[in-house]
Amino acid sequence: MDFGLSQDQQMLRDAVARCLRDTCPLDHVRKCVEQENPASDRVLEALNVLGVGGMLVPEEHGGLGMTLLDATVVAEQLGFAVAPVPFLASQVLAPIALREAGSKEQKARWLPKIARGEVRVGVAISETLETRDGSGVSSAAGELTGTALFCLDFKGADAYIVADAKGRLHLVDAEASGLTTISLTTIDRTRSVGELRFDGAEAEPLADDGGVATSRLRDAGRVILAADSLGAGETMIQKAVAYAGQREQFGRLIGSFQAVKHMCAEMAARHEPCRSLVWFAAHAFDAMPNEASLVACQAKSHTAEVHRFVARTSTEVHGGMGFTDLLGLHYWFKRIGFDRQVLGGPETVRAEAAVLQGWTKAA
Amino acid sequence: MDLDYGPEYDIFRQEVRAFIKEHRHLAPPPGDRAARPSAEAIEWQKLLIAHGYTARTIPCEYGGYGAEPDILKSRIVAEEFSRARMPGGLANQGISMLVPTLLELGSEEQKRRWIEPTLKGDVVWCQGYSEPGAGSDLANLKTSARVENGEFVINGQKIWTSTAKQADMIFCLVRTEPDAPKHGGISYLIFSMDTPGIEVRPLKTMTGHAEFNETFFTDVRVPVDQIVGQRGQGWLVANATLGHERGMLGDPDALENRMQALIALMQDERTGEGRAIDNPVLRDRLVALQAEVAAMKYNGMRVLSDSLKGEPGGMAKLIVKLQSCELAHQISALAIDAMGEMGILYHHSPRERDGGAWQWNYMFQLGLIIGGGTAQIQKNIIAERGLDMPREPKPARIAAAGQQITAPAHQAQGAN
Repeated sequence: MDFGLSQDQQMLRDAVARCLRDTCPLDHVRKCVEQENPASDRVLEALNVLGVGGMLVPEEHGGLGMTLLDATVVAEQLGFAVAPVPFLASQVLAPIALREAGSKEQKARWLPKIARGEVRVGVAISETLETRDGSGVSSAAGELTGTALFCLDFKGADAYIVADAKGRLHLVDAEASGLTTISLTTIDRTRSVGELRFDGAEAEPLADDGGVATSRLRDAGRVILAADSLGAGETMIQKAVAYAGQREQFGRLIGSFQAVKHMCAEMAARHEPCRSLVWFAAHAFDAMPNEASLVACQAKSHTAEVHRFVARTSTEVHGGMGFTDLLGLHYWFKRIGFDRQVLGGPETVRAEAAVLQGWTKAA
Repeated sequence: MDLDYGPEYDIFRQEVRAFIKEHRHLAPPPGDRAARPSAEAIEWQKLLIAHGYTARTIPCEYGGYGAEPDILKSRIVAEEFSRARMPGGLANQGISMLVPTLLELGSEEQKRRWIEPTLKGDVVWCQGYSEPGAGSDLANLKTSARVENGEFVINGQKIWTSTAKQADMIFCLVRTEPDAPKHGGISYLIFSMDTPGIEVRPLKTMTGHAEFNETFFTDVRVPVDQIVGQRGQGWLVANATLGHERGMLGDPDALENRMQALIALMQDERTGEGRAIDNPVLRDRLVALQAEVAAMKYNGMRVLSDSLKGEPGGMAKLIVKLQSCELAHQISALAIDAMGEMGILYHHSPRERDGGAWQWNYMFQLGLIIGGGTAQIQKNIIAERGLDMPREPKPARIAAAGQQITAPAHQAQGAN
């Protein structure tokens, strides 16, 4: 019995943390978000040296064949550093989609390139959760029609994996005719999201598995977003504690006032159990398929609630400075805001958890 | 991540299950909260000790089972009894707090005299710590014990002494060295509740029951050798037991059981519109709480793993009391809300649900948030020990700083 990270996972965590400390200070993040594509080549290259590129690609296709729990270790550190690198779609969801629903030929064609960092694949599955503004994608005769909103790791993608209305996944080349792409600007400028408009765009379907692979992508995506939020929240708590330990008012460090101390304690008390929940959710994805969807919902919704509280409370502990751009605290605040909404906000995800337990029927 | 306990433990788990199946009929009824255990409960306790399912690591010579400490085996016993809805061993303050303290700091004679009858339910204890003026600031306690003719003579008042009416004995903090600094003047005494001069008055709480008492001491005479540790060391001795109390209040299985009961209630409780769980707002709250209970369960597994590796629990452990008590209270709150108007029924009313247990819990659990280190004290601990935040300046220093403002500069320097 050992509930927690293995020694290898702890080493991975420490190596990624060190790498991001060196290559991705806040000044670098500030520069990246001013670019047309925020993705930092410098950070990506450094991470790839550690094997983060293709970590979920099976070994026979040139990857490391690692687990989702390994990926949450990385995601937490990326959130901690608000690192502007494509990860969720290109390093986690795309490899899982191909691994679980790709044909032999599709795997052989795409996975080694993903592992070598030669291609980046965006993923658009939001419409399987809910459609807005008339979005939704239908497929017929190898062509897609309609709109997919919120494609993740959008900019610089060479191809997209898109879910249709029946939950089947399709691969679309970024240059396909009949595809128009529109960049969306979000609160969190460290990550890129866009809209895909299909007008009879040529697409290559993955397996017709009744939506199983898509639901696996939802589970994995939720766990990774929860892990990202966990890392961002950790930074916000550390920064609040550090600030309260140096800022003086009324001749005292503000951290010695119980009003401030208790804000920090409440953040820590609610934040800490999220770590175990995220670890367990990732482990369930890897090893306990029957429980995976429910725990992914729990991890996603609960970390979202806790970290909304952490984001605002940490900002308040910083007082007026927390509200300015000078400290850059808002980068973490916005990262947490992004993690909360994407792939289902807490209410949406909890409704799904109720359905999974047979407490109600799907809407 | 390895959630398997391993083959040795799987065998052990099978043994526990077989025991439960075979002896189920001997168990006292669940929810038997009587302070003075029934004959049935005492027999059950003895049977559990004989099999090592309670008092597992307490040495045989003191009436325990004498096994090597094995956290996983203790955990398996707790899991299986909880799963089977079977009462485990007695869990009163004598067993949970006094016995560990005596094992750690008692004299050989005290261990031999008190541990076995306490474990076997023959001697019931109460705890005399808090006073009207010494709650969170426990070390401020004023109950005095002066020495006269080889005896302590005790005068003062304790509060929150649960089971004082039924108890045979009390473990009690008193001030024996009035001139010593606050923490250094306290001693830890053990004496009979039959000693002349003790008066116990029930303390009725908001639940309508008297779960606690006030205990008054007037010239209570106790031989000077009925002390645990040395004179003036009572604060250290007490802190050993407070740690045990905090462990007692944060049982992750208890939360899960309450959660299961809440889910069952929300599936049973109906209005003309359908079940409580069919109400989307109530259902959303249920799922949110369920996720939080799950987080605490896995947090508990992490703490367990850390202790198996001999690592300190750190933040994951520090937060358990605060979070578990709060969560338990919220579970009861949702149950009452799910009952709608039925949620106000209490005091054995017609149509009352579950014997009023949800209402009692809702109120009593607020008491647990306050007791055993208030939520605010817990937050101080989390902030100061867990996050290493600056301590509250002591009143003495604030007073000194105030003096600096008014006093001439050379005097203020002299005061430092």
